[in-house]
Amino acid sequence: MGDFLQQLIGYINPYYLQIFVNIGIGIILALGLNVVTGLTGQLSLGHAAFMSIGAFTSAVLTIKLGMPFSINLLLTGFITAAVAALIGLPILRLTGDYLAICTLGFAEIVKVVFLNLDITNRALGLSVPSANTEIPMPVVVWIVVLLTIVCVTCIHNSRFGRALMAVRGDEIAAEAMGINVTRYKVQSFALGAFIAGVGGGLYAHFMGYINPSDFGFLKSVDILSMVVLGGLGSITGSVIGATILSAAPEFLRFMANYRMLVYGGLLVCMMIFRPNGLMGGTSFTEIVLRALGRKPRLKAIMEQKNSELSRSGNGDT
Amino acid sequence: MFFQQLINGIALGSTYALIALGYTMVYGIITLINFAHGEIYMVGAFVGLFATAILKVNFFVAMLIAMVVCMLLGMFIERIAYRPLRKSSRLSALISAIGVSIFLSSLAQMLFGANAKGYPEGVFPVKQITIGSAEISTLQLLIIAISAILMISLEFIVHKTKIGKAMRATSEDYNTAALMGINVNMVISFTFALGSALAAAGGVLVGLLFNAVSFNMGLMAGLKAFAAAVLGGIGSIPGAMLGGLLLGVTEVAGVAFGFSSYRDAIAFAILVLVLLVKPTGLLGRKIQKKV
Repeated sequence: MGDFLQQLIGYINPYYLQIFVNIGIGIILALGLNVVTGLTGQLSLGHAAFMSIGAFTSAVLTIKLGMPFSINLLLTGFITAAVAALIGLPILRLTGDYLAICTLGFAEIVKVVFLNLDITNRALGLSVPSANTEIPMPVVVWIVVLLTIVCVTCIHNSRFGRALMAVRGDEIAAEAMGINVTRYKVQSFALGAFIAGVGGGLYAHFMGYINPSDFGFLKSVDILSMVVLGGLGSITGSVIGATILSAAPEFLRFMANYRMLVYGGLLVCMMIFRPNGLMGGTSFTEIVLRALGRKPRLKAIMEQKNSELSRSGNGDT
Repeated sequence: MFFQQLINGIALGSTYALIALGYTMVYGIITLINFAHGEIYMVGAFVGLFATAILKVNFFVAMLIAMVVCMLLGMFIERIAYRPLRKSSRLSALISAIGVSIFLSSLAQMLFGANAKGYPEGVFPVKQITIGSAEISTLQLLIIAISAILMISLEFIVHKTKIGKAMRATSEDYNTAALMGINVNMVISFTFALGSALAAAGGVLVGLLFNAVSFNMGLMAGLKAFAAAVLGGIGSIPGAMLGGLLLGVTEVAGVAFGFSSYRDAIAFAILVLVLLVKPTGLLGRKIQKKV
């Protein structure tokens, strides 16, 4: 099975393969942040920190223990989630921009600490051996992408997901409805970190080299842009946003030096013309239903109301 | 030793404070974290550099030129990238600001190259003054003096002039201010102009202090200044000054105690710790939640 896949992968142009994998990792990270920022409404400017923790944990697990990759990824996810819960417990009491700057600060601290630890090889960065698995990395990445999409969709439609949306809508009202706001916030933070950690582990093993400086503020901003561009709280949106923004630097490569210039300009233009994101307030199912000439179900309408509420609520917190 | 480090810290801290003021004023009025602010500071440093190196003007004239250029730049950015988004969610405006920031820093990299550049020698004659055991350079004194003058002028503008009154009214309640006949758009433009001018002054001073101006200097300085603004209580002008000074002094102290490789983390560690004790910053207004 592994050999066959390896052969199959061999037919694909390695350059396109790399873009394809980058898109996959982008989707995983964006979905993780979407749980925290899109679903629960907690602005995080430090998502790359969890990716960093995941990448280094996973790399060290492979180097020191050489365990099977699936177990490695799971363990990485749980360790990252544990760190997030530990950090989240005190800082999630903060609201709005105070929380945002705290997550940003946490990310900077993680970066500096990793730059000074021996186990992460300080500023030199870490070479990561290939993963202990038969299946080729690109396939692993996309299996995880699909798993993540399925899990996040289930969460969206679960009791847990509805509680998170209630927290996003209005914390006080949610509390009055018997929702333990702090607990749900920490859980969503840990869940987002779990996904980011797994994404980081995949990134580390696909790239083969990681450096703490790769996971700085700009990386966090990258992930946040994907989520906001796609539309907060929309899974389809996160996938589309991550695809566009992961692929954009490659498609803009012909412009060489102007690449980041255009990227910056694009972000501004996209926000001006689609301020609520590409899929803001709507979902894939809804579009399909509409195309089939059916009215969206009551639930879809409720969800739209909910996201509108959170949008207007955002203005005065 | 202590006095020496204190002066070093205050000099560094007053430049943080100058940048932080821009963050805090803009936030106070339209609750936007203006991530492009660090880039304006970088542009200010470059304009000052070119004014002294190419136009060969006096240091103070160079700083004024930088302030005017950045004022216009700040107003222009607000008009292009933020005003169309004023009615939409704050996150969209935030991403737009980040886009502007990426745009400006890559533009600077393209135009001026990736290497750090220094100010021409003799722009400001640096002398060392010895007070007791401390060696203080005239440059540090200049930085502290200019920052103090600028901050006092800012306090004057905000509290004693008509436009300052309009600014305070707008930050109190945007809609009511508009109903009272205040030209809110003009006030916002003015706020951006003021903040950008202060950032430009900070850029020129820091460029001179470290003798290095580079396209990516805005990122870390911007983040730290933002941290300073939040530390003091975002939206509060004295808070930004206090936060900037505090961060500058602790950072220098941290380096003096031998944590120099952790330098960039110190500011954020302090910030996180303070916020945990006082969730709205040192001088921030208490948020009252109404049900």
